[in-house]
Amino acid sequence: MTVKAQYEAVIGIECHVELKTRSKMFCACANEFGGEPNTKVCPVCLALPGSLPVANAEAIRHMIRAGLAFDASIPAFSKFDRKNYFYPDMPKDYQISQYDMPLTLGGIVRYWLEDGTLKECKLTRIHLEEDTGKSMHGGGGDGRIAGSSFSLIDFNRAGVPLMECVSEPDLRSAQEAVGYLEALKRTFVQLGVSDVKMEEGSLRCDANVSIRPVGSTELGTKTEIKNMNSFRSVLRAIESEIERQITLLESGGRIVQETRGWDEGQGETHSMRSKEQAHDYRYFPDPDLVPIEIDAALIDELRKTIPVLPPERFAKYREYGIDPKQATQLVDNSPLADYFDASVAAGANPQTSMNFVLGDLSRLANESGTAVNASAVTPVALAELVALVESKTINSKIAKELLERMWIGEGSPKAIVEKEGLAQTSDTGEIEKLILEVLAANGKAAADYKAGKTNILGFLTGAVMKASRGKANPALVNELLRKKLE
Amino acid sequence: MASEKIDVRYVAKLARIALSEDEVERFEKQLGDLLGHVDVLSELETAAVPATAQVVESKNVERADEAGPSLDRETILSMAPQRQGAFFRVPKIIAEP
Amino acid sequence: MNDLVKRGAADIAREVRAKRISAAEVTEAALARVDEVDGRLGCYLTRLHDLARQCARRVDERVAAGDTLPLAGVPLAVKDNMCLTGTRTTAASKILENWIAPYTATAVQRMLDAGAVPIGKANLDEFAMGSSCENSALGVTRNPYDLKRVPGGSSGGSAAAVAAFEAAVGLGSDTGGSIREPAAFCNVVGFKPTYGRVSRYGLIAFASSLDQIGPLARTVEDAALAYDAMAGHDPMDSTSIDRAVEPAAASLREDLKGLRVGIVKEFVTAKLGPEIDALYKRAYQELADLGAELVEISLPTADYGLATYYLIAPAECSSNLARFDGVRYGLRVDGADVGAMYEQTRAGGFGPEVKRRILIGTYALSSGYYDAYYVKAQKARTMFAQDFRKAFERCDLIAAPAASSPAFEFDSKSDPYSMYMMDYYTIPMSLAGLPALSVPCGYAGEPALPMGLQLAAPLFEEAKLLGAAHAYERATGYAAKAAPAV
Repeated sequence: MTVKAQYEAVIGIECHVELKTRSKMFCACANEFGGEPNTKVCPVCLALPGSLPVANAEAIRHMIRAGLAFDASIPAFSKFDRKNYFYPDMPKDYQISQYDMPLTLGGIVRYWLEDGTLKECKLTRIHLEEDTGKSMHGGGGDGRIAGSSFSLIDFNRAGVPLMECVSEPDLRSAQEAVGYLEALKRTFVQLGVSDVKMEEGSLRCDANVSIRPVGSTELGTKTEIKNMNSFRSVLRAIESEIERQITLLESGGRIVQETRGWDEGQGETHSMRSKEQAHDYRYFPDPDLVPIEIDAALIDELRKTIPVLPPERFAKYREYGIDPKQATQLVDNSPLADYFDASVAAGANPQTSMNFVLGDLSRLANESGTAVNASAVTPVALAELVALVESKTINSKIAKELLERMWIGEGSPKAIVEKEGLAQTSDTGEIEKLILEVLAANGKAAADYKAGKTNILGFLTGAVMKASRGKANPALVNELLRKKLE
Repeated sequence: MASEKIDVRYVAKLARIALSEDEVERFEKQLGDLLGHVDVLSELETAAVPATAQVVESKNVERADEAGPSLDRETILSMAPQRQGAFFRVPKIIAEP
Repeated sequence: MNDLVKRGAADIAREVRAKRISAAEVTEAALARVDEVDGRLGCYLTRLHDLARQCARRVDERVAAGDTLPLAGVPLAVKDNMCLTGTRTTAASKILENWIAPYTATAVQRMLDAGAVPIGKANLDEFAMGSSCENSALGVTRNPYDLKRVPGGSSGGSAAAVAAFEAAVGLGSDTGGSIREPAAFCNVVGFKPTYGRVSRYGLIAFASSLDQIGPLARTVEDAALAYDAMAGHDPMDSTSIDRAVEPAAASLREDLKGLRVGIVKEFVTAKLGPEIDALYKRAYQELADLGAELVEISLPTADYGLATYYLIAPAECSSNLARFDGVRYGLRVDGADVGAMYEQTRAGGFGPEVKRRILIGTYALSSGYYDAYYVKAQKARTMFAQDFRKAFERCDLIAAPAASSPAFEFDSKSDPYSMYMMDYYTIPMSLAGLPALSVPCGYAGEPALPMGLQLAAPLFEEAKLLGAAHAYERATGYAAKAAPAV
């Protein structure tokens, strides 16, 4: 057993996700990424004296929907609190957040790993808060705080609605952490509550990482990892931190509870301990805002708006026997997945339908610029085509041709097959007749085969298929040809 | 709530107010006195009493998610104690929040 | 002095609407009065000659166009913790000494929309924290009835301006008595509506759950007119009440028949000395003479008001005033880094009373003390509301002193707690959010100085309260029995 295998990692993730709304959380400034600095600010989000917050109804609905998507409980009573600390890009020098009565409590995030393994991670809570502005550090330090001599602030982002998702420490590896984050991202995108663009900072996460001997139920001392700017850096940072902790313990060291920053360039985490005092956030209910009460009617209304979500879909596709890569690919394209689901609902064999959807249909869509779900090939028509393939009425070559004709609007594949007599033939007598013709016309090839050049069989099969105008069952042709030649 | 001696330096650090030695001494006394007066609250039996954050009951005050105009940038930047181009400028920041 | 300045708001508005005088004439008279006496009184931190003339012109145009303006041409003093676009708005603090507001408070805007003409921004205790105006960092305001004495506070500038005919109506804000106490000291009517009746949007916050804007005027009728113009729901303030406002000016009455007036058993006026005790006993008898039935009521929590208030208000203020950090506006005192800049800015920008309250509030919210102090005070607050609810089962209104003494001399209260005691009688109503006012009720001391009778009503019963105060004022006429010294 390697040293590494003697340890188990225990990981919890806190992530901040900007909500997709038209306006900010507590004022009417536009919630848009980018733009000229300091152009999306007003008395409220700039915390001018006398200004007051008013909560964005849509943000609250997004939160409830996000909670419902993970089977979280939605408490009947919730409120906003102030988290007090000074920071130059936080205009009020307190953040409106939620302390002891968040909008959603508990819940389960179902996710999967690359190999298709299904996993679960419990959520502690999701709460609603507001984002800060952005600081850029200048005068040395290459844009980092350390070494800078001043900072410049853009408040455009200040006050953008932000949900903080806190997981339980249920994750056991960096891969699981990434799987969890990907499931969050997929779910939020599908719900339409966020665009989740890590490169625009609309998803930011910190990881709490500790290790313990395999089999132990006690928690080790954890460190908090910050500054991870992509899923790849989450993977690398957590892996590196687990290794650092193992090495440290193995060499007789002790883990210190601290915040560590991930350094992408160096590929390691480094301590962010500062001489600043410990935080005392002095949470208290925000007296400028009133409580939120959520009744069953609202929850029912919002529950109806929740679509089939990625983890559920993935699990279903895996049950169909679809491989994890294809299943993931489809799950990540929800219009296509909807289309696929409709074809299955219309009776299509899932794997065959999946092959068409991700293969020829996606290719045709790319070539034509028309989305699959907007094309002339309806899910029902696709199911008809799949049925023709499944019943071996047509072979794959004909199927491909048919699909292209359906794409340009020629209608039902079944009708075309019947009208043009394209049904595959498995009539042994007829095929043998064609084989004899082909062998007669290709004496040299037949001789070559017999002399050991067995790869010529493909050529001969092709010739027979051509002679059948594509209708012959290729497997049967192959089988009969071989028999004939041997 | 026994009136402990208030650690004025710690509290001033949290509140981000620099205090002179004189002020520390004076505030320590004044705040100690005030806390002494405030301690009468311990006489009230409040175990079964709910806390009131807002005395006039209200709930679910929300606004529709509609974007409106923002302030003119020059107006807000003209208030800045220090600006650089389109940004507010501050002295160096020692650490992340 | 031009006699126009002695006219009340109702009178002026009626005359301007009837086009017998113009808003411009009234405004010129008011401005001349300000120029004549304000050097000695110091009511205003900023005089608004240009804006006043501009507003007056606009009022005259609107009157000419047929608009019915309830406050047409009424000279208005605006407490300088309320934003008014383009005017310096300081909260009487060095930290905002040169800040020009880029937006207008809802209450101020409604007054202007009703035809009022802003004459100046009136002095106050820094951030409305105080009971004498001595905590203003930017100027001294003197009591018009005795220049050696304070005008009260924190709305002392507005009260003195109205008393000295430098405005017909003043806007004040009341957190624990800041309208009622200066009104009593300056022989005018000061009215704090139910918490949430008048929007706080644009009022520089002191304690959000207590702050309320209200009018100061020389008659109850004028206060009612101003209240009618300001009151009502504002979508910019989440704590503003969405509930119909019963017009108060239409509810004024001439007697108190059928009203039960509660006298609080625990408010023992004998403690205030024989002269003041006699004065309040006479005032209560005058209420009875008008037909009111006096009933003894009990507020068992009365003696806990100051303790409750001096935890809740400072806690909220410690957070509300965090935004004054030298980053976006206002004073900055440089420091080596941003933390030092904060500490120097706030050390240099805030006066001692503000610092005291920020420190006590920070302490009350800090880790380990939150439950013992802040939560305890919030629970006590519940008991105040319950006590009043119970008391109002037995009476329609409550009568009490408005302040513990008449106006005192400058620098006579060096111990903070003795100053806090001035609000002993007003704080309970503030904690319960009740509408309450002070109406002149005679003179006490040597020289004889104005005193105020406080009347309070159940939540939302402003019309009843103002109606009764009007009857008392009409029957007694105390205000007219003395004239200001300038």
